[in-house]
Amino acid sequence: MSDEHVVSLQDVEVHFESESSLLSRVRGETDVVKAVDGISLDIPENDVVALVGESGCGKTTLGKTAIGAQRPTGGTVSYRGQDIWKAKDNDGDVEIPFDEIRKSLQIIPQDPGASLNPNKTVQHSLAAPLKLRKPDMDSFERRDRIHEMLARVGMEPPQDYAKRFPHQLSGGEKQRVALIRALLMNPDLILADEAVSALDVSLRIDMMDLMLELQGQFDTSFLFISHNLSNASYVAGNSNGRIGIMYLGELVELGPIDEVLENPKHPYTKALVWATPNLNPDIETETESPLRKVDVPDPRNPPSGCRFHTRCPEAREACKRTTPESVAVDGDENHSVTCLRALENHEYWNSPELEGESAETPTEEPTLADEPVQ
Amino acid sequence: MQQKRTKTVDDPIFEVRDTTVSFDMDRGESKVLNEVDIDVERGEVLGVVGESGSGKSMFASALLNAVVDPGVLTGDITFYPESGSAIDLLELSESEIKEVRWEEISMVFQGAMSSFNPTMSIEGHFRETLSAHGYDVEAGMERARELLSDLYLESDQVLGSYPHELSGGMSQRALIALSLVLEPEVLVMDEPTAALDLLMQRSIIQLIQEIADERDLTIVFITHDLPLVANLADRIAVLYAFEFVEVGPAYDVLTEAKHPYTRALLNSTPNLETPREQMRPIDGAAPDPVSVPNGCSYHPRCPVGDETCEHDDPPLDSRTDEGEHVAACHYVDEVSTSVPLTLQEVTVNE
Ligand code: SF4
Ligand code: SF4
Repeated sequence: MSDEHVVSLQDVEVHFESESSLLSRVRGETDVVKAVDGISLDIPENDVVALVGESGCGKTTLGKTAIGAQRPTGGTVSYRGQDIWKAKDNDGDVEIPFDEIRKSLQIIPQDPGASLNPNKTVQHSLAAPLKLRKPDMDSFERRDRIHEMLARVGMEPPQDYAKRFPHQLSGGEKQRVALIRALLMNPDLILADEAVSALDVSLRIDMMDLMLELQGQFDTSFLFISHNLSNASYVAGNSNGRIGIMYLGELVELGPIDEVLENPKHPYTKALVWATPNLNPDIETETESPLRKVDVPDPRNPPSGCRFHTRCPEAREACKRTTPESVAVDGDENHSVTCLRALENHEYWNSPELEGESAETPTEEPTLADEPVQ
Repeated sequence: MQQKRTKTVDDPIFEVRDTTVSFDMDRGESKVLNEVDIDVERGEVLGVVGESGSGKSMFASALLNAVVDPGVLTGDITFYPESGSAIDLLELSESEIKEVRWEEISMVFQGAMSSFNPTMSIEGHFRETLSAHGYDVEAGMERARELLSDLYLESDQVLGSYPHELSGGMSQRALIALSLVLEPEVLVMDEPTAALDLLMQRSIIQLIQEIADERDLTIVFITHDLPLVANLADRIAVLYAFEFVEVGPAYDVLTEAKHPYTRALLNSTPNLETPREQMRPIDGAAPDPVSVPNGCSYHPRCPVGDETCEHDDPPLDSRTDEGEHVAACHYVDEVSTSVPLTLQEVTVNE
């Protein structure tokens, strides 16, 4: 663990008790969803990491854990070397108080509309973080600062926008206000959770450009969560960032964006690339789904061994039994993958292909694929 | 009846002419669909692309004559069933339209959950739909099972479930099966996959394609997400400010779009293939329905236009000679130099 990292996640687990399935209700058991199951990730200063995965893969939970908004049930999360939850519990020598940490780790939520108070003006919503962060500022300075930020994100004239209420803003404008509010806390890391997914396609790159521009100016790191590989690659690609692919609570591939997209190692990453619609009609795309199954398995009862084996086109018998570990790709420590195929001498290579379960005959019970409500 | 434009397809299943949806608002009359003309070819997949506030959902409602009060739908929409005579959709009585809907023209809208009654099992929905339309229920249930398994669902298990017991992807597929159980000729889909994950989206689209081929279904697929229909649609129609600004074969629209808006949309759409440095957002915002600009509605945002565009509204076929690929722009010949397509440059240079 190192102080150079803004945030460092070590072997983090977040397990929730979930609404139980029929089967376990009958058996009188409670189900546990392993929303995040043993993930390690370091986020240095000025870094951009995009996390991609289907709903229910735990990416939102992991994001919240990284900014100290969700307590992990296992492992540690530290901010500049300080264990966040020890700070919260006043356990041991606390070098950075919890309040300070929470201020330094901010979020732009999925639905910026819901996070803004409908009865408060933009000015009012933005003054609050400034009062917290810079208590010495007088109200004139605060107003100037807010106007300056509004102008900076293109909301001009700022005097006019400052007086507006949330319902007088477009979706993109609300998103910008949420971005300013996060930045005014002068954070080290901003979690942007599906921050552009709700915007029209043509507005997305505008918003992403803005986030990246401010990221550079404010020396902030970004954790950008998306189910959309095109958006994630735009953000990470324009910031020399990394991409992490999540599947059922695990980080199955992590590496520099271009490296991962050009040379995807995990079969799931390849499937995501396949599923990403392409605008270029001259590129022949494989129409057959590479997956054995369309549906994500029930996260309350994930498959044994490699969790992807029920859908993986490359699955062999060994994958049912062996849980793969994360390994460096071709000795490159920056690019890691969690798949038996990355191991040259593994018994995987001699084990027979997985038979039977094809896409036509799904066997799992209906899934509750959404992230647990917290 | 309005004077009809010449047909643009060989065997239309829909002919939409001069069709308008308007609302009377305090701020003035607002046309959320403005005198649109379009044909849908029998058996094709027509992708209708529009951003929010372009009128795309109104277009879906219009095709089903399902515009809700106080919206007023005017114009002509003719439906040509495979057998039998042409039906003037806007002249039908309430009970006649109910018959056509679901039986001939079916629909799947975004968010299946709200389309299902939470207290009724999925099987109940199928049985009710079949009997309400006077179909043989048992034969229909047989079809339902087939459709469900074509959509990679375990039919018995899904039929026995209640809507909340299904994941988003499963209920969306169950809804597609329900919309097809009466064997309609046309399926109108408005953002049917918007709430779903990439893999599920792509898988469903592939299933839709297979089903359309197998059953000679005509599909009108409406979305804000251009890449989604790029590989699915036979033709693409682009809506901007409540009008079609470009219609043509999908390949042509994607590779040599004629309208500056379509070109800007292509250049601003995040895409793995497009070099990131070359992507450009579209400046400005789409107009409000009560204050659509005079002349060409795109002129305030258009890098090509001049004064003519501020006064003269270009018709959809203006200056485009080939009948099947049309754009509403006075300067179609100039756009390729003024608004280069980034994706095309890449392909050409390679
Ligand atoms: S370990 Fe096996 S099942 Fe898992 S991703 Fe690799 S090949 Fe597929
Ligand atoms: S008609 Fe004029 S303003 Fe409209 S799109 Fe064409 S060039 Fe631009």
